[in-house]
Amino acid sequence: MTSVIPTRKRPLLGWNITDGAAVSRYDLVQTLRVPELMFFSIVQPIMFVLLFAYVFGGAIPIPGAGEPSESSSEIYRNYLMPGIFGQTVAFAAAASTVGMAEAMSTGLIDRFRSLPMANGAVLIGRTFADATRQILVLAVLSLTGLLVGWRITGGFWNAVLAYLLLLLFAYTVSWIGASIGLVMPNVETASTAGLVWLFPVTFISNAFVPLSSLPTFLQAVAAFNPVSTVVLSARELFGNPTGIQPDYWPLQNPILYTIISCAVLIAVFSTISIRKYSKTTSR
Amino acid sequence: MTQAAVIAEGLVKEFGSVKALNGIDLTVERGQVVGLLGPNGAGKTTAVRILSTLLTPTAGRAMIAGYDVVKQPEQVRKAIGLTGQAAAVNEYLTGRENLMMFGALYHLPKTYVKERTDYLLESFELTEAANRPAKTYSGGMRRRLDLASSLIAQPSILFLDEPTTGLDPRSRLGMWDVINDLVANGTTVLLTTQYLEEADQLAQQIVVIDHGLVIAKGTAEELKDQIGGDRIEISIVDPSRVNEAVDAIRAVASGEPLVEELKISAPVSGGSTVLVEAVRALDSQGVEVSDLVLRRPTLDDVFLHLTGHVAEEDKPAEKPKRGRSRS
Ligand SMILES: Nc1ncnc2c1ncn2[C@@H]1O[C@H](COP(=O)(O)OP(=O)(O)O)[C@@H](O)[C@H]1O
Ligand SMILES: [Mg+2]
Repeated sequence: MTSVIPTRKRPLLGWNITDGAAVSRYDLVQTLRVPELMFFSIVQPIMFVLLFAYVFGGAIPIPGAGEPSESSSEIYRNYLMPGIFGQTVAFAAAASTVGMAEAMSTGLIDRFRSLPMANGAVLIGRTFADATRQILVLAVLSLTGLLVGWRITGGFWNAVLAYLLLLLFAYTVSWIGASIGLVMPNVETASTAGLVWLFPVTFISNAFVPLSSLPTFLQAVAAFNPVSTVVLSARELFGNPTGIQPDYWPLQNPILYTIISCAVLIAVFSTISIRKYSKTTSR
Repeated sequence: MTQAAVIAEGLVKEFGSVKALNGIDLTVERGQVVGLLGPNGAGKTTAVRILSTLLTPTAGRAMIAGYDVVKQPEQVRKAIGLTGQAAAVNEYLTGRENLMMFGALYHLPKTYVKERTDYLLESFELTEAANRPAKTYSGGMRRRLDLASSLIAQPSILFLDEPTTGLDPRSRLGMWDVINDLVANGTTVLLTTQYLEEADQLAQQIVVIDHGLVIAKGTAEELKDQIGGDRIEISIVDPSRVNEAVDAIRAVASGEPLVEELKISAPVSGGSTVLVEAVRALDSQGVEVSDLVLRRPTLDDVFLHLTGHVAEEDKPAEKPKRGRSRS
């Protein structure tokens, strides 16, 4: 049977983008089908906001920050919110890990790989969808922040840039998460392994405490941690207190360092994961 | 073009120290249905994955529709449809969304995909469930959606890895109908199965593999003949009537009857009409029968015959008489 069926013309940017967009679209449709999942991924950061703001709030001083008229807990809330943003979008990686492991535990990866679609499309689509979901998460978090007294004072376009940097960071960690998912033996392992590395990565940073409070060695690690620079960028752009920065290049150029480190990480992990994907079969 | 749809030569696949394929040769002519028959772990899935470009062979080569699976995977993928052993549909998406998604990823125009989706949903009896998430489907429906997904681009060559494993008997029959229809329309099919009966129903040629090696090839009839084909088995009530019963059975059998106390069995040919003849012959001899069955050879029988070991690895090898089924 040789029937002639039409095929679409090769798009200008190649099939990776077009196929990735198709995968992404249906990934997002899937989100709408499981609203519970989205709900809980929002509840957790809201809980963090409330716990940090009201439980630790007054206990963590931010040296050199805020007006003399403000109480230390007011200062901390404004300091805290960008940290929560950074931590929350970092956890987008866990969804990518579980998502890839799930696709491999069913026959889906085999089907995708047997199609004449672009090699990178499944990963490109998946990571893009995972980052896109963070838009809603950031919106809900911002509202919660405004309710507990967080304020944006850095101007509209700076705030837009802050959110874009956070999304770029979400996209970056999604690539790392997807790469981990590809080498997991099963979904159960993936849902644990996808989370564990995120705790040190988000806590050894300036997300919740000023770097000056860390021991010198951890301070150096934290200074080069992109979580610190994306959070610092957001603090500067939102006009929130930043505290006093130790003397490291990334902390003096947080926006530039965030963009460069994200670009490098995306390049490395997309290369590794697409190569791995091209040899992967369902388990 | 006269080249066969699927040609595999000396396929070897090693996973570390595990040799999944040990040098498999395979040919599927255009329009033909070949059944790859073997027990769990024989290497069926590995073979299908190499032929559908998912795995690279350690040695050997394979051509699909004239294209090399290693050097021209893109062209191979355009020509094939794959329905793997595990269901390959997104459970959260509806049946329609699944088909639309795969259609888009085949780079087919949207209007074509829409029409084709409607057609496939209709012909696979999924129209009513089309807008429900696949999660809510029964096993049979899911498998049909799975198969429909691999047909969205009207592939000329179809790989089906254990298409009915895990289905209830009714869904299995339904799946057989669907596959037979495809074949009637000229699709080339390579399917794998653990059941001789299934290969018998669907395939013109059967290739039996074990431990990554082809151990027999032929039509279902040829394979069954190798192990003596069908056997009739009766149990009589009165031991003193054994001789009459043996005579009656001999009259309808294609070989010498075997007697084991009250049980008499013999090879037969001609399917179920033999049963009717046997009943008449026994009746005319006045022999009273407590049980009468036609035993068809199973994969286990083929295996015992071909390899001297049982199909399931963890089952201890019994030694029943050759050709006798352990049902
Ligand atoms: N990815 C893999 N890594 C290691 N061993 C594998 C892998 N895939 C299959 N095998 C082994 O190869 C052999 C053949 O497996 P498979 O092709 O799945 O057999 P079948 O489909 O006939 O049940 C088995 O021993 C199996 O354990
Ligand atoms: Mg298998």
